[in-house]
Amino acid sequence: MTTLLNLSLAEARDALAKGEFTAVELTTAHIKAIEARRDLNAFIVETPDLALDAAKASDQRRKAGPAGAMDGLPIGIKDLFCTEGVQTTAASHILEGFKPPYESTVSARLKAAGAVSLGKLNLDEFAMGSSNKTSYFGAAINPWKKASDPAARLVPGGSSGGSAAAVAARMVMAATGTDTGGSIRQPAAFCGITGIKPTYGRCSRWGIVAFASSLDQAGPMARTVRDCAIMLGSMAGHDPKDSTSVNMAVPDFEKALSGDIRGLKIGIPKEYRPVGLSEEVAKVWDQGIEWLKAAGATPVEITLPHTKYALPTYYIIAPAECSSNLARYDGLRFGLRVPGKTLDEMYRKTRAAGFGSEVRRRILIGTYVLSAGYYDAYYAKAQKVRRLIAEDFRKAFETVDVILTPTAPTPAFGLDENTDDPVTMWLNDVFTIPTSLAGLPGLSLPAGLSADGLPLGLQLIGRPFDEETVFRVAGVMESAANFTAKPEGV
Amino acid sequence: MSLDKSTVRAIADLARIEVQDEELDHLAGELSNILHFVEQLSEVNTDGVLPMSSVADITLPMRADVINDGGYPDKVLANAPEAAEGFFTVPKVVE
Repeated sequence: MTTLLNLSLAEARDALAKGEFTAVELTTAHIKAIEARRDLNAFIVETPDLALDAAKASDQRRKAGPAGAMDGLPIGIKDLFCTEGVQTTAASHILEGFKPPYESTVSARLKAAGAVSLGKLNLDEFAMGSSNKTSYFGAAINPWKKASDPAARLVPGGSSGGSAAAVAARMVMAATGTDTGGSIRQPAAFCGITGIKPTYGRCSRWGIVAFASSLDQAGPMARTVRDCAIMLGSMAGHDPKDSTSVNMAVPDFEKALSGDIRGLKIGIPKEYRPVGLSEEVAKVWDQGIEWLKAAGATPVEITLPHTKYALPTYYIIAPAECSSNLARYDGLRFGLRVPGKTLDEMYRKTRAAGFGSEVRRRILIGTYVLSAGYYDAYYAKAQKVRRLIAEDFRKAFETVDVILTPTAPTPAFGLDENTDDPVTMWLNDVFTIPTSLAGLPGLSLPAGLSADGLPLGLQLIGRPFDEETVFRVAGVMESAANFTAKPEGV
Repeated sequence: MSLDKSTVRAIADLARIEVQDEELDHLAGELSNILHFVEQLSEVNTDGVLPMSSVADITLPMRADVINDGGYPDKVLANAPEAAEGFFTVPKVVE
């Protein structure tokens, strides 16, 4: 069974096609793995019975005719995607018990491709966090351990922390994530897996619980670059129900993995090497540059001058959009209701009881920056700086094909660290937020281990809708990195 | 800008979130820190820069103004904390 758990999506897909094992066998192995690792708190809802039914249906389909691109492959769904008839909470008390009467476009596409869902994965509440600690259902735990302190429990990153932990611990073969400021890439880096936030507009946002609508984007998290390419192909595509999803053909991302990056120019932004950048992060970045050089690409120093303003820009725009989006949680139509004598009192009590402290903080900041008298000073200003940040990237991509940076400034930290000051926690996303503001594709892949035995990730950023070049470079880097380390117990 | 307790109270009222008096001091400090942090944007010269509301360089599509969904009140009400006679119910609004 262990061998089934360590297969990549591509390997399992090919083995299923050859009849080496069945979808039911593959799914059963993963259901057992999930039961064995409940200590990681990666799932909010497990759906083993639904998964087995889906696996049986997949085996029958395969007997009857051609199989789908992900037929019979067991995956997990971040609990931010609405799933018909299966509780969807966004890891918030305010949505506890909510069973959507509809399916998100992305999860529906994955099901249509034959993927088998094993259940709903833990996350930071409403995807607001970088540690998974803001989940109402308790933090998910990183399966990796520090060599110096194996007893310490580490965060898997966030917000897609349950997704990253489950993929790393071989409980699922791959998982959906969403990324607003780094929520796919940072947990992928912390858990030693690969994940890509595609270009804004590549995947439909319909049926994904909204956080910051101008930034939110779904993407795959898996153990190889090829697996991310396969899965993104089954997630992406135009959807009339999301007016920002682009009407553009979805390329065969897997075909982009040619292995040949000769002649490509790789941008190395000097602003991503701030004073105080951890030596081991800098080292793995330099190593990444060397790998790409050895494969025939040319590193080019570039400047992204507004980088330092990305974080403050994000922490105006994202809370503003969140305060507007989360206005819908009013205790009326779904989710939690705390009774009040008046309608207004019911709203106040419901929202006080239903939202956790990080979500409340962001709603309050967002309400303030959108309020009369402050809108121009904060929100409009941030929207202007956002344009400057996007312009920085546009100019850089006039000379380079892809940009290489670290994914996060540190490896995974302990559950009890970074708790005092919200701004310190936000610094985790310093390298991923600029890409989100510019709407560009960003992929994180594991590139090495820290001195303490924890995974370190590198990020590749591409031009809008050029995920293919990102995948192509990532494939070469993955071969060079040869990252074979696994967390304990796998 | 530093926020005082009465401003935090006013924001919480606007956001329809009940906040206890004893939380106001802590929240005012936390929110003020965040505002100090984001105020570094004032250093950036943005004269003549248009605000960017979306990276999607597309014209929002129009659709025909026809009913294309609906007809299932039971599904709509299935998650309601309280519903009666095919409606959502709320505390009395008009005296």
